[in-house]
Amino acid sequence: MPVNMIVCCKQVPDPEAPPAVFKVVNNKMTLPPEVKPVIGQYEEFALEAALKIKDAVGGKITALSVGNNFVRDVIKKALAVGADELILLEDKAFEDGDSWSTAHALAAAIKKIGTYNIIFCGRQSSDWDAGQVGLGIAEILGIPAVTLARKVEVSDGKAKVDRVIPDGCQVIEVALPAVIVVTSGLGALRYATLKGIMAAAKKQPIVWKPADIGLDPSQIGAAGRHSKLEKLFQPVKESKCEMIEGDTAAEAGAKLAVRLREAKLL
Amino acid sequence: MAEYKGILVCGELADGKLAAITTELLGCGRKLADDLKENLSCLLASAAIGGASKEAIAFGADKVYAVEHPALKDYQADSHMQVVGKLVKDISPRLILMGQTSMGRDLAPRLAFTLGTTVTTDCLDLRIDPGTKLLMQTRPVYGGNAQAIFTSESLPQVVTVRTKAMSPLERDASRKGEVIPTKIDIDMSKVRTKILDTVKEEAVGIKLEDAPVIVSGGRGLGGPQPFQTVLKELADLLHGAVGASRPPADNGWVPEGLHIGLTGKIVAPDIYFAVAISGASQHTAGCSGSKHIIAINKDPEANIFREAEFGVVGKYEEVIPALTKKLKELLAG
Repeated sequence: MPVNMIVCCKQVPDPEAPPAVFKVVNNKMTLPPEVKPVIGQYEEFALEAALKIKDAVGGKITALSVGNNFVRDVIKKALAVGADELILLEDKAFEDGDSWSTAHALAAAIKKIGTYNIIFCGRQSSDWDAGQVGLGIAEILGIPAVTLARKVEVSDGKAKVDRVIPDGCQVIEVALPAVIVVTSGLGALRYATLKGIMAAAKKQPIVWKPADIGLDPSQIGAAGRHSKLEKLFQPVKESKCEMIEGDTAAEAGAKLAVRLREAKLL
Repeated sequence: MAEYKGILVCGELADGKLAAITTELLGCGRKLADDLKENLSCLLASAAIGGASKEAIAFGADKVYAVEHPALKDYQADSHMQVVGKLVKDISPRLILMGQTSMGRDLAPRLAFTLGTTVTTDCLDLRIDPGTKLLMQTRPVYGGNAQAIFTSESLPQVVTVRTKAMSPLERDASRKGEVIPTKIDIDMSKVRTKILDTVKEEAVGIKLEDAPVIVSGGRGLGGPQPFQTVLKELADLLHGAVGASRPPADNGWVPEGLHIGLTGKIVAPDIYFAVAISGASQHTAGCSGSKHIIAINKDPEANIFREAEFGVVGKYEEVIPALTKKLKELLAG
């Protein structure tokens, strides 16, 4: 049975950028232009989970994202790697949402899409790291959710999910439709093929405005927030590292042993 | 409208005992409850609770709601949600505290969305603003590259707290409190998931969370082998454990259970060796509570040196064996 899948993706500043470039200015994260936006790392895993199911049993993948000013080349990566459709909830009114308003916007769009067996989300976005949206969508739609998935298989209208727990994993069975929230461990997102890139270049995303999903601008983005950001800051760290040197790396290693002993650490 | 009052800690058991995170939540909850001059309650929901209820009182709870039900043996969202949802409805707490654990990070957002309120996950600090009386909730954002303080006016508020971010109170067996055995029916027809199997994957030896010394390796190790040889030899000598940053876990060089960081384990050993780890914020978020951090990296500009107390610039293949050999001599002498 082919599986209809929706993968929620977020465009975020590259989280792998060096820590030193992250600067808070006037309560906002400000990054230099060389830090490019990317699809969040856990949403990439979610895409890969969907692609693996499409490989195994066939199906359709719709990538869905909410925000504003999407960089087309970045977000269209979802199409290039194998998603069939890309829907963008793109409007100024969608900006600066919190988990509450984001989950409501995505759930409204999912209701409009209508047909789905699995909704994949990443465990947490790579910017705000809250880890709530997938579960929020499940509660709004009234469907089950399994979190921290690192392997997903589908058969007979059910999914079998390996859910990571502190000392191993649980194998969980859930009837579909369901939300599955993906963590790492199922392998990196595959590279786009040349054919995929060409196809993606030709395909245009579908853009929906708040009215298209039946929401009032007061319910979404910054206006629809439940939580208020009082302050964004970076704790000041004083570097006080004592560097141990030697003529060779091995000598430095031996000296480190002596120094740790002197300092009564060991 | 119901009046929201008091603080509820959703506790957890580990190996039949009160989990460390629950004692931390009780410590933090006690302080907030005293500031508000309100009660601190603790929910324990499991197949068998035993002495953990009394322990929760010894660690600061005024009331413990003990819910025993065979369906609560393992955490399952749909059964636990019924219990927490019912208790929250009955006692209307203003604040619900959970651990940022396998259970808390799964349960807290569901509860908040169901109640139509907010949740702030992974908090490092919670305090009541003396002026506004709002709860100031501090949490890391941008992979640990910044912190944010959130407030919310919707009640009840749900918060998850990072492990080891808060201190428990001194255990006091003479503290007075009330254990309330509570019967809550669980409608099994509403449990939509089934646990088919539980697979243990813990590495043999000392548990990461309990190890006094951790020798951790990063992407720079290039493959699985150094974890089993160079790093393990040093860890064994010091009766410690081997850990890893995210890339080795993502690449399958080590089991996910060894992953230390924002999305892995949070550890706070006496001594933390960071070997060939660049020091991305998302990793240091998991080890910055260590008493002493020692960094070994061939890149003198690596961010990890900003976190470390001692550092060596050099190839780990040369530094670590020499360090291990010398330490062996010193410890023997």
